[in-house]
Amino acid sequence: MAEAHAAYDSKVEGNIIFTRVDAAINWMRKNSLWPMPMGLACCAIELMAAGAARYDIARFGAEVMRFSPRQSDVMIVAGTVTYKMALAVKRIWDQMPEPKWCIAMGACASSGGMYRSYSVLQGIDQLLPVDVYISGCPPRPEALIEGLLKLQRKISGEESLSDQKRLLIESFS
Amino acid sequence: MSLADSIAALEGKFSILGKREFRGETALTVQREQIVEICRFCRDSLGFDYLVDIASVDNFGDEPRFEIVYELSSIATNEHLRLKLAVSEDEPQVATVSGIWPTANWHEREIFDMMGIGFTGHPDLRRILMWDGYPYYPLRKDFPLGGKPSEVPEVAFTKAAPLEGGPFVTLPSTATAKDREPRARRLED
Repeated sequence: MAEAHAAYDSKVEGNIIFTRVDAAINWMRKNSLWPMPMGLACCAIELMAAGAARYDIARFGAEVMRFSPRQSDVMIVAGTVTYKMALAVKRIWDQMPEPKWCIAMGACASSGGMYRSYSVLQGIDQLLPVDVYISGCPPRPEALIEGLLKLQRKISGEESLSDQKRLLIESFS
Repeated sequence: MSLADSIAALEGKFSILGKREFRGETALTVQREQIVEICRFCRDSLGFDYLVDIASVDNFGDEPRFEIVYELSSIATNEHLRLKLAVSEDEPQVATVSGIWPTANWHEREIFDMMGIGFTGHPDLRRILMWDGYPYYPLRKDFPLGGKPSEVPEVAFTKAAPLEGGPFVTLPSTATAKDREPRARRLED
């Protein structure tokens, strides 16, 4: 009689792990966060440094800078968001498929920074939801990596499947 | 031709309203109507083949209110000459020099954008930094530092930035920078 439980199948035993679907999905998502590099000012230089060999953000699965929003998971807003650029940033954010996250990198993207000015948006969170704020002007690559790890911890706590199920049920009703 | 000769030639040919020397640099105040002629003479006869910059100054409260400063240079002799002219707020128009130095095109667009001074005869007088439809001229002294709310649908919007009497607010006046500078003021004033 065939044993239903995989762990008792000696042929595949040891190659199988048990987990929740939520946890598996989250694990896959958080370890391949493809960034949309929204480099707008000097923070973009540190973003490039974080991507290069010395700091090597590839160690955390976020090295694939996608210059198409349609292939991106996390928008890293790196720099001063001027009002002239603000709606363009918003448009690119809207083109990113769900699930998506946003990192506000540096003082300017978080709050306008030192630019209390007629021309600068006072924080990208006025236009789109921000998951992680990184302080610094500009932040060092270590700070960006810490922000990325914080975002990974946040993603691993998400109820992705049950959230999707809830949204699906809501769409039917 | 030395700088002194150039200045003498300009003084002989045009009516020069004022002359100021400071640390070896000379600034001539000229008549607004003559600026194109003077600039063409400077380039063709005096060898000032390079226009470094055009700047504008808002002397808020004075009449005439605005001032435009042309920074001329000669590549061959490395001499600099500064030309100034006054522009009143009632008629904020100056003839363009973009036909003489093509680089003046963008300099004049910047002044038009930031200070609201028009340039007659300019081939492409649009805003260069702010977007078309933005209703203010942000570098004028009576424009608040934090900006004003505005909106051009689908293009851009602005909001007033929070300043809260904070450290970067200067007062619009003709007082010196030392007195206008907020760090010189006590906050309770």
